[in-house]
Amino acid sequence: MNTNDDLISGLARSTDAAPGQLTGLRARLADAAQRDGILDVAYRIIDSPVGPLLVAATEAGLVRVAYTSENHDAVLQSLADRISPRILSGSARLDNVARELGEYFDGHRQSFDVPLDWRLSAGFRSIVLHHLPEIGYGDTASYAAVARLAGHPKAVRAVGSACATNPLPVIVPCHRVVRSDGSMGGYLGGVAAKRALLTLEAA
Amino acid sequence: MVSKQPFEAVVSAHGPTVLRVCRAVLGPVDADDAWSETFLSALKAYPELPAGANIEAWLVTIAHRKAIDVTRARARRAIPAGDLPEIAGTTHAESDDDLADALARLPDKQKHAVAYLYLAGLPYGDVAGVLGGSADAARRAAADGIATLRRTYPGVAARKAAAPKAAASKGETR
Repeated sequence: MNTNDDLISGLARSTDAAPGQLTGLRARLADAAQRDGILDVAYRIIDSPVGPLLVAATEAGLVRVAYTSENHDAVLQSLADRISPRILSGSARLDNVARELGEYFDGHRQSFDVPLDWRLSAGFRSIVLHHLPEIGYGDTASYAAVARLAGHPKAVRAVGSACATNPLPVIVPCHRVVRSDGSMGGYLGGVAAKRALLTLEAA
Repeated sequence: MVSKQPFEAVVSAHGPTVLRVCRAVLGPVDADDAWSETFLSALKAYPELPAGANIEAWLVTIAHRKAIDVTRARARRAIPAGDLPEIAGTTHAESDDDLADALARLPDKQKHAVAYLYLAGLPYGDVAGVLGGSADAARRAAADGIATLRRTYPGVAARKAAAPKAAASKGETR
């Protein structure tokens, strides 16, 4: 077979993709999948002042926002396992999310109105997360106050774990939940990201 | 449950090879459509693909079927005198151009065997699976195809020796 190496290389060269050909084909694939209703999860990586954010949406709405600290590959794999492996990047489905996040990080938007798909949170954690948008832009609330909002004043630790596992950070504002003594507390995107968001909103 | 990777990763890993195979089997003009239809079909069926399946062989099988569809459609709309005029003159180097032309003119079975074996890198058994014959038949088809291409593309050594064309096309069979 070695004697044919030059021939095989020639065949490979003559069938090389044109520059940009695959990029175009992949965009076309995502559009066609969307059109045919078989794009179960679309995603995109958005640059932001708190680092690249992975945003993923089902047909129902935005289902996941993830910091790089969560490892985007691992996040995509877990979306494949929990929702569907029919996942592609590059469709227009995330256009509105990207635009609203851009406006938020530019200081021109105080709340989000993209549809949300809550399927990755359940039980009391989900109840807690549903209450977080009640904490307005520029405000903060203590874990204890959020526990009261959620109807379980003693479940302060559960509020902490709900925030720590928020599938939709930034959009669902767990960064506005802080300690009773006014210190920041932890954040799934790292304390620096939490500080950056609170500083942005205080401006 | 063995987890299945996101389809995006499948496209990244195998998209270039499948495009190469489509280009080899159909030429550059129809390759885009075949590639698109292959991955759209694959995405649809992906959740049902058994975990641990050979994804590349699966994709090449789908691409093979799409290519046959395209070839049939092309035959239906072909003008009687036209022997694949759209294939020629679309690649870069001259000798590679001739090679692409020669590949396009191979009988389908040989062309498919060469593409799946040498460009997709599938083993004989998988190539046979795609083509629907025995591994021996796949091996013969690939060998015959390569021998024909070799006559078009004498290679560096043969060119250095500047062998007369007639002699080269008569003698070289491997």
